[in-house]
Order: sequence, then C-alpha cells, then structure tokens
Amino acid sequence: MATFKDFRNDVKPNWCPGCGDFSVQAAIQRAAANLGLEPHQLAVISGIGCSGRISGYIHAYGFHGTHGRALPLAQGVKMANRDLTVIAAGGDGDGFAIGMGHTVHAIRRNIDITYIVMDNQIYGLTKGQTSPRSAAGFKTKSTPQGSIEPALSPLEIALSAGATFVAQSFSSDLKELTSLIEEGVKHKGFSLINVFSPCVTYNKVNTYEWFKEHLVKVSDIEGYDPSNREMAMQTVMKYNGLVTGLIYQNKEQKSYQELVPGYSATPLSEADLKLSKEKFAELVAEFM
Amino acid sequence: MIEQLSWKVGGQQGEGIESTGEIFSAALNRLGYYLYGYRHFSSRIKGGHTNNKIRVSTKPVRAVADDLDILVAFDQETIDFNFHELHRGGIVIADAKFNPVIPEQEGVSLYVVPFTEIATELGNSLMKNMVAIGATSAVLGLDASVFESVVADTFARKGTQVVEKNMEAIRAGAQYMKKQLDGRAEPMKLAKADGKQRMFMIGNDAIALGALAGGARFMAAYPITPASEIMEYLIKKLPEFGGAVIQTEDEIAACTMAIGANYAGARAFTASAGPGLSLMAEAIGLAGMTETPLVVVDTQRGGPSTGLPTKQEQSDLLAMIYGTHGEIPKIVMAPSTVEEAFYDMAEALNLAEEYQCPVIFLSDLQLSLGKQTVEPLDYDRIDIRRGKLVTGELPPLAGKENFKRYELTPDGISPRVLPGTKHGIHHVTGVEHAETGRPSETAANRQAQMEKRMRKLEHVHFPTPVHKYIRHEEPDLLLVGFLSTRGAIEEAIERLEQDGVKVNHAHIRLLHPFPVDEMRPLVEKAKRVVVIEQNATGQLASLLKMNVGHADKMASVLKFDGNPFLPGDVYNKCKELLAQWPPLKISAMM
Repeated sequence: MATFKDFRNDVKPNWCPGCGDFSVQAAIQRAAANLGLEPHQLAVISGIGCSGRISGYIHAYGFHGTHGRALPLAQGVKMANRDLTVIAAGGDGDGFAIGMGHTVHAIRRNIDITYIVMDNQIYGLTKGQTSPRSAAGFKTKSTPQGSIEPALSPLEIALSAGATFVAQSFSSDLKELTSLIEEGVKHKGFSLINVFSPCVTYNKVNTYEWFKEHLVKVSDIEGYDPSNREMAMQTVMKYNGLVTGLIYQNKEQKSYQELVPGYSATPLSEADLKLSKEKFAELVAEFM
Repeated sequence: MIEQLSWKVGGQQGEGIESTGEIFSAALNRLGYYLYGYRHFSSRIKGGHTNNKIRVSTKPVRAVADDLDILVAFDQETIDFNFHELHRGGIVIADAKFNPVIPEQEGVSLYVVPFTEIATELGNSLMKNMVAIGATSAVLGLDASVFESVVADTFARKGTQVVEKNMEAIRAGAQYMKKQLDGRAEPMKLAKADGKQRMFMIGNDAIALGALAGGARFMAAYPITPASEIMEYLIKKLPEFGGAVIQTEDEIAACTMAIGANYAGARAFTASAGPGLSLMAEAIGLAGMTETPLVVVDTQRGGPSTGLPTKQEQSDLLAMIYGTHGEIPKIVMAPSTVEEAFYDMAEALNLAEEYQCPVIFLSDLQLSLGKQTVEPLDYDRIDIRRGKLVTGELPPLAGKENFKRYELTPDGISPRVLPGTKHGIHHVTGVEHAETGRPSETAANRQAQMEKRMRKLEHVHFPTPVHKYIRHEEPDLLLVGFLSTRGAIEEAIERLEQDGVKVNHAHIRLLHPFPVDEMRPLVEKAKRVVVIEQNATGQLASLLKMNVGHADKMASVLKFDGNPFLPGDVYNKCKELLAQWPPLKISAMM
C-alpha cells in the first residue's frame, strides 16, 4: 500500500520559504495515502498562481491548466473517468475572482470531486495585488489607499449555492486539514475546502499569528451540527468566516453522476466507441 | 408539369410558420423529392416576420432558388416583403382574414383562402397552417393523403383525434382551393418523384450524428444560435450509450471541460458560434500547448459581437485559424454538404486524437440549419482511430521518473497515456515543458518542444482536402468557395457554361493546414480565379493569395447582408467580372 512518501516527487516547489502551500501539499499527500490510493489513481487539477503549481509537486497525474479554470477541467476529467479520484486546487484569485462563475456552478452541479482553495487573501505570483478575499482597507500595490471593496465570503456563497460539503481549515493545522481532505474525497458529491494558507511575502496582515489568534474550531462551539445548513450559515456570519472544521455536509443529496440519466457505471474512457449496425440504422430512420 | 418548385410560407414568428414548412417538406421528402430549405427568422421568440423558403425538385438540389413559384401568406407583411421574388406565372395563396392585396404585376395570381376561418370552424384556429398546406397541395396536384404519415408522426403524442382533425384541415384547404381553380388543371402540377426513402435533416443533425458515430461520448456546451441543435440531439441520444452532455455556465467552461474529458480519455467535444468561440480562444490554446485532443464546432453566423445571430455569414475563418495567442498546431476543416458534415465530424474526432491537437470544425448557419434531403449515410465508412494512445500495461518507471508524454519524436507526435494508468504518471501544463511534462524554460527545450508541436502538422492526412469539379484543362474561371455556398456555385457554373464560359470549381474542405499542393495547379491553370465567400473582407481569398500567390488574377465576390448566396448572385457577379476584365476589381454584393 502506498504511503504519503509515494506521493512525493523530486520537484522543488518554487514557493517562498514559509508559504502555507507546503502544508497543503503535505496534507493532500497524507490524505491520499490514508485513503488507500495509489499515485496513478489520483489526478490533481490546478489553476494558475503560486498555488496552481501544486499539481506539479505531487507524484500523481497532474494537469496545470488556465487561470480560473481548474474546476471545468476537473469536472471534465471526472466525467470521463469516474473511477479516478479528482482533486482540483488553486488560489483565492483563481477560484473567487476569475473563476468565480465556475466555482458557484461546480458547487451546484455537485460532481464528485474535491476542490481545495489555498486562500492567502492576496495575489502572490503577480507580486502583491488585492484579491476578492482581501479585507476592506487592505493596502496592496493595486489598492495603495486600501481596498474599497469588501471581501467576499466563500463559505456563505457555497452554502447559498447549494453546496453539499463545505469545510475550512488552516494550513498550520495539518491534522485537521488532512482529515478534512479525506472526508471531502469520501463525500459523494462536490466538496469545497477553503484553506487559510498565509502568504509570508505579500500579506503582512493575515499572518500565521493573526490566524492563530482569530480562528475558532466549529467543534469547539457547543451544539454545532454540520448537517444543519441554517446553523452553518449563522455561525459563518457570526464569526465573520473565521471558523475551521467541517462547516456543512449534506449526505442525502445525490451527486451529479448518480442523477445523469443513462450515465455509464464504468468510465467513459473505457467505452466501446463502435455502434452496432442495427443501432445506426435506427438512428438514421428517425430522420426519414 | 414542373420538375422543380420554389415555395415559401411566411407570417409572424410564433405562428407556426416553421412547422408549416416542416410538415410540407417532410411529406414531400417521403415521396422521394429532394428538398432544400432556408429559414428567415429573427432573434426573438414571438412576433416579427419569419418565412420558410423551400425548394422541391426531382433531382438533388443544394441551394435556395433565385425566385419563387408559390408564396403562402399569413399576413400582408409577408406579401410586401417577399412579392418581388415571384416570377411570372407565380401564385400567392393568402389568408382571407387580412384582406390580402398584391401589387399590380402581370402574370402573378392571388388566391384568397380563408385559412383561419376554416380552421376555426374545424375547432382550432391554429390549424390554419394545415389548411394552407392543403391549399398548396391542390395547386401541385398532390392528394391530401400524402401528408397523412407526417401528420400522424407530428401529432402522435396528442392523440388520434388531433391527427384526424389536422388531416381534415388539410383536406378542407385542398377542397376549397380546388373549387377556386374551378376544374382548371392544377397550375403547377409537380412531376412524380422516385419514391425513394431519404433522410431529411439539418446540418446540425448530421454533425451530432457524426459525433455519435465517431465515438463522442461526452459533450459540454452552452446554448447559442445556430449551434444548440447539436447539444439538444446528443442530450436525447447519449444516455443510450452511457454518455452525457453538460450544459455549462459559459463557453469557457464548455471548452475547458471538453479538454478535461479528452485528457482523461473520453471522446469529447463542444459546439458554439462566433461569440462562444471568442470566449474559448484561451482554452483552445491550452489544448494546443498540452497536446490534448479537442474538437470544437463553430457554426458561423453574422458577426462581429452579437452581430446577426440568426443570419448567414462566413466571417470567422481567419479567427479560427489564427485566433489564439501564441502559436499552436491546429486543424481547421469545413464540410461543403450535410453528408460531408456527418463523415467529417467523425473524422475530426480521429484527427484530434491522431495529431493530439485542437480541430476546429467549421460550419455556417445555412449548412447548420438549412433542412434538406440527404443521401444515405454509410456507417461502414466510419472508423475510429485513436493515434498514439497507449493501451495495455506499461513497464515500471525508474524511481519517481515521469512518463515521457512529450517525447521528442520524428513526426512530433508522442505516446499519450491516460490518467489512471499504472506507470504512466506525467505532468500536463500550459507552461512550456520538457518531455516529462515538467515546466522548463531553457532555450534549447523551448526550441525543441515548439518545433515538435508544429512538426505534427507537416503530414496531416485528410482524404479530400478540396472538393474539385474540373471540366476544363485551362478554364476561363476557377470558382473557389467553402461550406454551404457549394450548391449556389454549382448552379451558377451550369448557367455560365451555357453561356460558353469554361468554369472549374474548387470547394475547400481543409482550411488549415492549407492544401497548397491541391490548390496551386488549379489556380495556375485558370485564366481568372473568383473567390466566393460570405464576409466583407475576403478572408478565403486572403488565405488563397497567401498560400498560392497569383493575386493579380484573383477577384472576390462577397456577400455579407445576412442571406445565403443565390445561384443568380454568383452568376451575375461572375458575368459582371467577366465584362469588366481587365482591369480587375474587388466587387462587393450588397
């Protein structure tokens, strides 16, 4: 059986020392091993940005696509081969700015993939501009006077878009993150895991220390019930989104694949592409 | 007795004009006539003038007729808008409801039939369309019973009573018209057809059927005119084959999802029109860079921007060849008939896998939506070729080495392994990469990988890159076109030949890589070359000049008013050019 080391490759990440993304990478590798996967059974599909490079740093199938489009790619991969474990990954700019349309629709479509967002509230690879996750007043190269737009709340958006699995974690908490990724992969449907992954170079506000001070685990909130959507929404709003753990899970809702009429139980990638002559004649006759 | 008929029905959009044309032509198709239809419609659901012009012939036809024999009018606007198309001896059959008047013109007769009144008496005013069909049948000398099977199929779901009522309306219309004709022989008795069963479909049906026959099992698409019928057909059919269609949030997602599915090993594609193709440009570049098979259908319509969404144009050509940033290998093809659309679509899926690159499958609105009689399609001509797709077990790789997905090979095409395969792990990225797929920016690697990708197109095998109709060793004219203009050009050639002009015809089916070796001798041997296309800037002519030269003997005939070329358009413009020569001038159709 594969261990997390089998999911490592010999590529040295081009992330800055101390970047939160290292831990996210480790968590994916550990979760994959804990789930009993072999490297070739996993496909990591990523977007563009510092975090988008993650698909190249894991020993598994990886596709590093276009900016903001990791989710359409990943959904296509899963539709073609339902036996693959598909993890999409990218940053907050990738998922909540340029790719926001895809994020919302992937959530409501509920195809059985896991989406990990490395949320650092800043654009790192382009050297420090505001992101849709930057707080109002946040000063960056593109907002020298401070951002005048409010930060958007991915958890609230996911809950209102009909998400069936919403989790949030902090890259320093490797144990919680690993376990949430495992739960997300096991979930039958789309799972969103937003991970606070500090940018040590361009974000001097939302630092490791800042998160440690502000984050609350939902498991520490008395009576918290992750199957209760209303409670999830209220809690996220009450804590201004600074909560971690399994925020919400709907185990009843069927995944997209389970609902598509006639969808093959075996991977489309293995389908016999020939039609019988009789079948073709039938198709033609409909136009007579 | 006539061998050929040009018939048009017009009224307000949403009044059932389309289904009137549909039932009329489906029935005639079943009798063995050849049909060719053109729909004039607007980008709205209700209201606005719409018409359906249908050509009926005992021989194959592939163009809209220049003029009109019969005009069926549900409102005065239809007469005002279309009357000029009627030739001497033509007939207007109009609903009594709006007190129709026709301009004074010798030789055109008006028959007033109470379509609505008869239908209302029979219980439903909507059946006025059936009354009109009945009236037409009397003029053509067709028995009302010829519509029985089509009416039965059309209204089967609504029950036998509805079927019978509609047939009654057809018979009532025929009877009323016969009385008007007052025992005179039918004015336009239609010669008998051969009675053979042939398909009757739009180009989009053929594209969708070709995709299915060619092994496509996944489609991602966003609705758009004039492409939506392709996804609608596959949404109905793919479940029978285990496949699926996803209607995405936009065309970017559609194209990217198709790339993801192809990467993972399904045969997948998307279809759209100009605005969608503009959004897909970045994703097409990704497929080129990552060498992922991808087929994108572009059913061209009037551009730019929203342009003329329901009108004919061929103005995406150069954008489809060049429209991504950077340089990628790409194949651009364009079928010239509905039959070719079927075979070529299946072939497009093969080429995408064999050359591991995007294939743009061009269509145009008239080819995509013009409903017509189609010769039998032969499934035996479809083969499924997956190129260098690696199947079966792979030997273990040393340590954590990657499979060389982008191995430098003499033909530039590398072995392709699907995710999920043991010992096949590799990286895929839109970043410049080395043989293993890992990012690499070294100058030597860049040069090698770029050359490798472009090398793939050096030997694209495409069976008939140019449809040639060569009657003369050294013609006065070579007419060049692509897509749906083929029929109009062929008919214009018949007329030019009758005038003593020697004309050859080349209809280009592979636009990129350009079939230089096929086209050069044709151009060299012709005294003059006229490129006929539906855009304002002569894009196909530019391509021809760039690849073959001889600009000094080329002229363009262009039409970009939203309507398809009529045979007469091509004929008249060629005659004008012939009279003008020399010197040569670019001439634009208005």
